[in-house]
Amino acid sequence: MSETQTPTGDPGAASDAAPTTATAGANAPSAGAGGRRSLLPRITLLRHLLVLVVGAAVAVLLLESTELNTNIKLGNVAYLAIAAGGLTLLTGLSGQISLGHGALMAVGAYTTALMLDVERSEEPPSLALVFLAAVAATTLVGALVGVAAARLHGPYLAGATLALAVGLPGLALYFSDTFNGEQGLTIRPPERPEWFTETVEQLSGATGRGLNDKWVAYIAVACLLISYFFLANLMRSRMGRTWRAVRDQEVAAELAGISLGAWRVLAFVVSAAAAGLAGAVLAIVVQLAAPGSFLPVLSLSLLTAVVIGGLGTLTGALLGSALLVFLPPWLIDLGRDVFDMEEAQASQSSFVVYGLLLVVTMLFAPAGLVGTIRLALLRRRAARALTRSGRG
Amino acid sequence: MAEAPLDRTTPPPDRAPTARLEMTDISVAFGGVTALEAVSLTVEPGQVHGLIGPNGAGKTTMFNVACGLVRPSSGRIAWKGSELRRLRPAQLTRLGIARTLQGVGLFAGMTVLENVMVGAHRHARSGFLSALFAIPTADKDEERLRERAMTALAELDATAYAERYPGSLPYPVQKRVALARALVAEPDLLLLDEPASGLSEDEMHELGELIRTLSARMSVLLVEHHMDLVMRVCDRITVLDSGKPIAVGTPEEIRANPAVTEAYLGDDVDVAAHTTEFGSTRSETAPTGTEGASA
Repeated sequence: MSETQTPTGDPGAASDAAPTTATAGANAPSAGAGGRRSLLPRITLLRHLLVLVVGAAVAVLLLESTELNTNIKLGNVAYLAIAAGGLTLLTGLSGQISLGHGALMAVGAYTTALMLDVERSEEPPSLALVFLAAVAATTLVGALVGVAAARLHGPYLAGATLALAVGLPGLALYFSDTFNGEQGLTIRPPERPEWFTETVEQLSGATGRGLNDKWVAYIAVACLLISYFFLANLMRSRMGRTWRAVRDQEVAAELAGISLGAWRVLAFVVSAAAAGLAGAVLAIVVQLAAPGSFLPVLSLSLLTAVVIGGLGTLTGALLGSALLVFLPPWLIDLGRDVFDMEEAQASQSSFVVYGLLLVVTMLFAPAGLVGTIRLALLRRRAARALTRSGRG
Repeated sequence: MAEAPLDRTTPPPDRAPTARLEMTDISVAFGGVTALEAVSLTVEPGQVHGLIGPNGAGKTTMFNVACGLVRPSSGRIAWKGSELRRLRPAQLTRLGIARTLQGVGLFAGMTVLENVMVGAHRHARSGFLSALFAIPTADKDEERLRERAMTALAELDATAYAERYPGSLPYPVQKRVALARALVAEPDLLLLDEPASGLSEDEMHELGELIRTLSARMSVLLVEHHMDLVMRVCDRITVLDSGKPIAVGTPEEIRANPAVTEAYLGDDVDVAAHTTEFGSTRSETAPTGTEGASA
């Protein structure tokens, strides 16, 4: 293990290079270790609350300045980004891979569907309660999977979690009395409150039936912001640093007193909780919990989003998820309008372009979008430090 | 001997006399190969104990047994008066035993400061919930860890590198950072695995001084090829050959012991006359015995 760390260059010469590993871009230092000037406050709580408020303002602007159709798409981005955020913590920080997060989302979605599945006349339980239950149920499943996962590495872990992604939705077919088989459970969207209608009317003048979808989009984005607040807190804390230690050097981490297994399970549980919330949000956005929504391709898309955006960064997870939602339709439009393709042809070729984009990203920016930018900044800072020390 | 032995003071009275590591009759077998056979070793509180022997003698294996990476097939380990049994390395660290790795083993994706902060893991107080909700006490706890880490870096004269990444630092500096990471845990027993490899004469001299300074605060178990360093800093030395202990004693006794001389070089050579890497000398001449066993 330790031998891999021996520097290859001349041991006497200090090359002042920034780290070049793909995950290095993920390494925003933890709160205590960040010694750099920043516009943001040093206290984690203030810092992240500030980002939260700014994020909320941006979200309201986005949702109010776009059409209903885009609102719904933003809802899609939100649930994907919640799951991707959890996954980026798992894969980027603790170094475990999961191809089964789609299945964990299914747990959250079905929990939501079952809890909201009451007679029309009855008052459904409050949405916050339902979401908490969905998160709790998924956390439990995640803990079970996590205990098994902590013992597995690399391809074995990928295989085991993939099996989860393939197998778990099948349970819906097996217990079709409860889960209504292939058709799945339809979900009554939450009623928008009166104050929301009034506020939106004042903000952008939107009225009518579409407001319910808007309300759902707002809930989705709110969940995104809240979950990212918590994930960011963890990543910036001692927890984040410990996970990165587990990822980088198992033996050294263990010798520092870190129980590898316990920390791996913890990372899995946290990311499962995020996936559970994502599933719950998906359920109310799509208004359906069916096995077809949780095919293994969902799990793979999540991983794609995380890697393209930049492993280990929440911004990256958000960007990747946005690409996942907005890029394919944009490519289809492009194919149809610019290259004069048939609708079917255009949608087929959009997959090809999407795949190519993935390959190109991995070839030229293996650290992902955010990771590459962060690496460039690190290099620039290192170069500046070098010139400064050269002068002094 | 190029340099005079360093001042060997008796352990200060405030040392807990129970912080003693007693390894009794340790045997380890990998497959059918016996790597260690009934080796006993006691590290007294506040002492620097050297573990030497030719390549393949089982030094590193013994070392790994001490820190829980290798489970002995028989034998007992007692630490601070109570027996250690089936402990994972992480648990040992919490009991006050820290070690450095033979390579460097730094976390490549973290700054030097963060590397050392990881080492302070056992002193962290804030838990998961305070991190999740970013309660300011978690920040304060981080600040405390940061100060501890900076103190450890200062002791090793490496504060200037705090914001750098380990991959960009020269090897000797990396070794110092790795040592700081072990020290920041404030262990009662520090296990050093070949701390002098890759160091220049001057750096090795500084390391010797440092180890003597540390022995005022903790006991040290040292595995090292460089004989002059071992002779200079150790209070007691255990010599292994082919998995068996062949001598225990003060540096003077070891130097005068003919069995040790023979194990290292065959006959007729004075140990003290050779101050460089004995292990490599032997590996060229020695017949293959249990060579691979402790690799």
